[in-house]
Amino acid sequence: MALQPSPSFVQGTLLVVGGGISGMTVAIEAAEAGLDAHIVESSPSLGGRVAQLHKYFPKLCPPVCGLEINLRRLRANPRVHVHTLTTLQSLSGSPGDFEAVLQHAPRFVNDRCTACKACVDVCPVDRENDFDFGMSRAKAIYLPHPLAHPPRYAIDPAVCKRDDCAKCVKVCPVDAIDLAMKPTTTHLHVGAVVIATGWKPYDASHLANLGFGVHKNVVTNMMFERMASPSGPTGGLIRRPSDNKPPRSVVFVQCAGSRDENHLPYCSGVCCMASLKQTTYVRDQLPDASVRMFYIDIRSPGRLEDFFRRAQGQQGVTFERGKVARVTAADDDTVRLTVEDTLSGVVRDVDADLVVLATGMVPSVRPEQLPLKPRHDEVGFGVNDPEGTGIIFAGCAKRPLDVSSSVQDATGAALRAIQSNTRRASHG
Amino acid sequence: MDKKVRIYFCTGCGIGDALDVPELEKVARKESKGGDTRTHALLCGPEARAMIDRDIREEGVNTVVIAACSMRTRQDVFAFPPSIIVDRVNLREHVVWVSKPNDEDTQKLAEDYVRMGCVRVLKSEPIAPRTVDVAPVVLVIGGGATGLAAATEASAAGMRVVLVEKSSSLGGWVARFGRKFPTREPYTALVDNDISARVAAVMSDDRIHVYLDAQIASISGQPGEFDAVIESHGQRTTERVGSIIVATGWRPYDATRLGRLGYGVSKDVVTNVELEQMLAATGKVARPSDGAVPRTILFVQCAGSRDEEHLPYCSSVCCRTTLKQALAIRSAHPDTQVQVIYKDMRTPAQYELFYKHAQNDPGVALAKGEVRSVRADDDGMLSVAIEDSLLGSSVELAADMVVLATGMTPASTDPTLRLTYRRGPELPLGKYDFPDSDFICFPYETQRTGIYAAGCVREPMDTDACAEDAAGAVLKAVQCLSATSRGAAVHPRAGDLSVPEFFLQRCTQCKRCTEECPFGTLDEDEKGTPKPNPNRCRRCGICMGACPERIISFANYSVDMVGSMLKSIEVPEEFEEKPRFVAFICENDIYPAIDLAAAARKQISPWVRFIPLRCLGSTNLQWINDSLIKGIDGVMLIGCKSGQDYQCHFIKGSELCGVRMSKIQETLTRLALEPERIAVKEFSMGDWAELPAWIDAFVEKVNELGPNPNKGF
Repeated sequence: MALQPSPSFVQGTLLVVGGGISGMTVAIEAAEAGLDAHIVESSPSLGGRVAQLHKYFPKLCPPVCGLEINLRRLRANPRVHVHTLTTLQSLSGSPGDFEAVLQHAPRFVNDRCTACKACVDVCPVDRENDFDFGMSRAKAIYLPHPLAHPPRYAIDPAVCKRDDCAKCVKVCPVDAIDLAMKPTTTHLHVGAVVIATGWKPYDASHLANLGFGVHKNVVTNMMFERMASPSGPTGGLIRRPSDNKPPRSVVFVQCAGSRDENHLPYCSGVCCMASLKQTTYVRDQLPDASVRMFYIDIRSPGRLEDFFRRAQGQQGVTFERGKVARVTAADDDTVRLTVEDTLSGVVRDVDADLVVLATGMVPSVRPEQLPLKPRHDEVGFGVNDPEGTGIIFAGCAKRPLDVSSSVQDATGAALRAIQSNTRRASHG
Repeated sequence: MDKKVRIYFCTGCGIGDALDVPELEKVARKESKGGDTRTHALLCGPEARAMIDRDIREEGVNTVVIAACSMRTRQDVFAFPPSIIVDRVNLREHVVWVSKPNDEDTQKLAEDYVRMGCVRVLKSEPIAPRTVDVAPVVLVIGGGATGLAAATEASAAGMRVVLVEKSSSLGGWVARFGRKFPTREPYTALVDNDISARVAAVMSDDRIHVYLDAQIASISGQPGEFDAVIESHGQRTTERVGSIIVATGWRPYDATRLGRLGYGVSKDVVTNVELEQMLAATGKVARPSDGAVPRTILFVQCAGSRDEEHLPYCSSVCCRTTLKQALAIRSAHPDTQVQVIYKDMRTPAQYELFYKHAQNDPGVALAKGEVRSVRADDDGMLSVAIEDSLLGSSVELAADMVVLATGMTPASTDPTLRLTYRRGPELPLGKYDFPDSDFICFPYETQRTGIYAAGCVREPMDTDACAEDAAGAVLKAVQCLSATSRGAAVHPRAGDLSVPEFFLQRCTQCKRCTEECPFGTLDEDEKGTPKPNPNRCRRCGICMGACPERIISFANYSVDMVGSMLKSIEVPEEFEEKPRFVAFICENDIYPAIDLAAAARKQISPWVRFIPLRCLGSTNLQWINDSLIKGIDGVMLIGCKSGQDYQCHFIKGSELCGVRMSKIQETLTRLALEPERIAVKEFSMGDWAELPAWIDAFVEKVNELGPNPNKGF
């Protein structure tokens, strides 16, 4: 009786690995064109990195707005099949004719869950919340984020006490919790495979020279994004971690570990815009705080230049060309930066209450770790190779991109998925 | 249709604990005019769904009200075929999670939502299935890098293609250019220009029909059924096409406006496009004034770009083009020294590796600075004045030749589509003449359904990016045909089968519907009567909100339906001191914002009834009138942000609602009411945490005015 997809003149099947904005876009766009699309996501929810963001540049609009529309399209479309807590175990075949084996890790919460929250109130486990980069605490049973899809709780098996506790099992009014759940596998035959595994932040623990891990008041851009979010660790208040006071001065350090042979030789393309955006968070919330940004080149391509101009127009926000060579502790609450002015060659010290490192993007999954070992470039991003595996890369698995460019790229990948299916048809 | 209504109540998630459900069932039976009710402790579970299916199959239930959680949850479980009328009543998020349990006001709130749900299904009709015999043909306008890629991609996806190129050959700018900078590994070598192979692939593809020396004389119709009249060599041909890709590309910024940088002053100042053509034609560089090989060439980056007097934006490709040209020059003339003066070197992502490669050439000197002027000296040399550079605050450099890295302007202002649409012949343009779109989340959306821009007309990009962009636009073109063929809407109400119907006998030809539709859906006959084009429609209902005669409605959404929902609200007598408020909310952003606030258990005044709208732009003034006459104390209209950075998914909905509400004064005067009783508010979904407080503050402010004196009349 449930809604059946109507026939369409585009036909075929698609497997998308990754349920962030790129993967969701590939699946939804392809499904609306007529393909049956399976999204495989390793975490318990769709949404990926954009779910962690407070605002998008350059409109300073909320990511939940676009995410909601995409989820609405996805929920309403019987051609999209979502597999969370799932990984691609193996893959064989070629375009038009792939065999995939999916491995589903147990969620320990079944489809009956209504996200009523009763379980969270009784869960005794207190763990570091990785969604907030350790800046907040969470329970063993949790909803990954407010717009999580599916809107169902999941249990972190690494910290759950299972049968020794089982308080959630007793309190759940709909018998949704099953601590005995086991991993399962599914076999899928699909005409196209898209890898949209996205990115992770460059590991800032390599940046001790820039004070990360040395001084509490040195955070990464993604940590700062969580701090500014109303659903984040401080409820959206910008605070210096050492004493939770509002910072009087904030310094953004661009290319922290990027364009640097010792770290990432490439540029991540979005960190300039992200920092420009984050200067507006500080300006809106702390009108008296001084804000400085040290950069090598400001990269605000295309119409994003308007946003750079807008950021420059803010009172008390300065942009200085300079290379931050070293970050140390001035005292418990103050960070000292040693900055070389690359124009004059002058080296000077700058003190700040809060330092934000603009760290770059690293592919979440290296192509050589994937089945069939698709082609990759010298810095580890995937390369489309129609004559080779025929696996299609989309979004930040292919190159560092902002959200709009990821969506653009993912839409094109959806077309390639249709073509990949057509190949089978035309070959007989 | 003869309706057999059944209202299903969920008692899970605290609903049964906080509300008197048997009492709600009584209300439901009465309001549904004889419908029956059922309750279940887990209505979204498989057992309950089986019960509903059984009722449909065995008892002929054809109209279903799900009184449970938000319509945003469990859509998979509560999906029914189009023959079944369904409504969701949100007792969880909009009642029990935001109000006090077992409270009279909370119970009344739930009762009103049940009444409104019953009205909604009684006023709905099933949507008649509609199919369209679409032409599986994509019209591509422009035969440059983007247009060629679009044609090839569409053909590979099984479409037929009509390609229209205004000049006598395909290839566009790229056909006149030389080797390209790398856009994939290895990032250390220039790449051969493969445009002739791309042209050959198009010419030999029997699914692609190419018109050269051609332009569009007119396009009429709608997605799936466009008739494009193509004019070529004095002949006119009509092609039936399904969707359209605009790939008309770009033009170099007019360098004659850059006299300050020596263009037009000295022959030896050329643009990057002129240099490129020189390199492509001869593989060499000759100084224009004397044909000699220049010993020093200086590139001026951002020549007329990132400059509010010229192009305020960045063209994204000029930095890489310059690096490429520098390497090409060095390879052709190893003794020539190249200098590049830039504001910011923009080589994002892996292109940084190409920048590093260029930096390794000792004959290429790259320096940050701003070029103030370029002068011709008496000795035939050029003198370049630079500020803010590594070399000092102000320096002059001499060069044999200067190359201005000029930017790209979109070819969007040329007559291209010549649509016969009432709302104008071309794609509406946004800032800097790029076709308007919600360019973060949905970059391909334009304001004309079935017509998509791609390549440099959409934003400045390199050749390979153009090809990638074309693939995305083709997907949208194919998807539009797929949706249109089954009578379904495209983004953002993808899959919606409803279409607006016009009761034209009562039309007064006021033209508001044609003028306000952001998508140019409606044409007009000579008298001004609207002519619907359902395949262009996005189903937002803005036309319905605009119509003063209330003659526009959908089978499942109408002025009468919402008016009847308002009438069903029970308004207590004045002496009871229980005010009532109505909040018309955008269902795309505000409805979920309230759900999010509810999930965080924020409390909202139980005197407020939310009425979700497809778009705030579908608000008909009649509803405000209906509310106030009935004695509703205050009315809120909450929608998305408007303006330059609009967040409305229907472009102008909240803006149009604001304009309409500015004309409500006459109603207020007639009813002797204060203007403060009506508030139009734009809210960003991300600010959900603040929404309950804003609503409560409005309630409090209106309560200070005292009750609406029209209660009980």
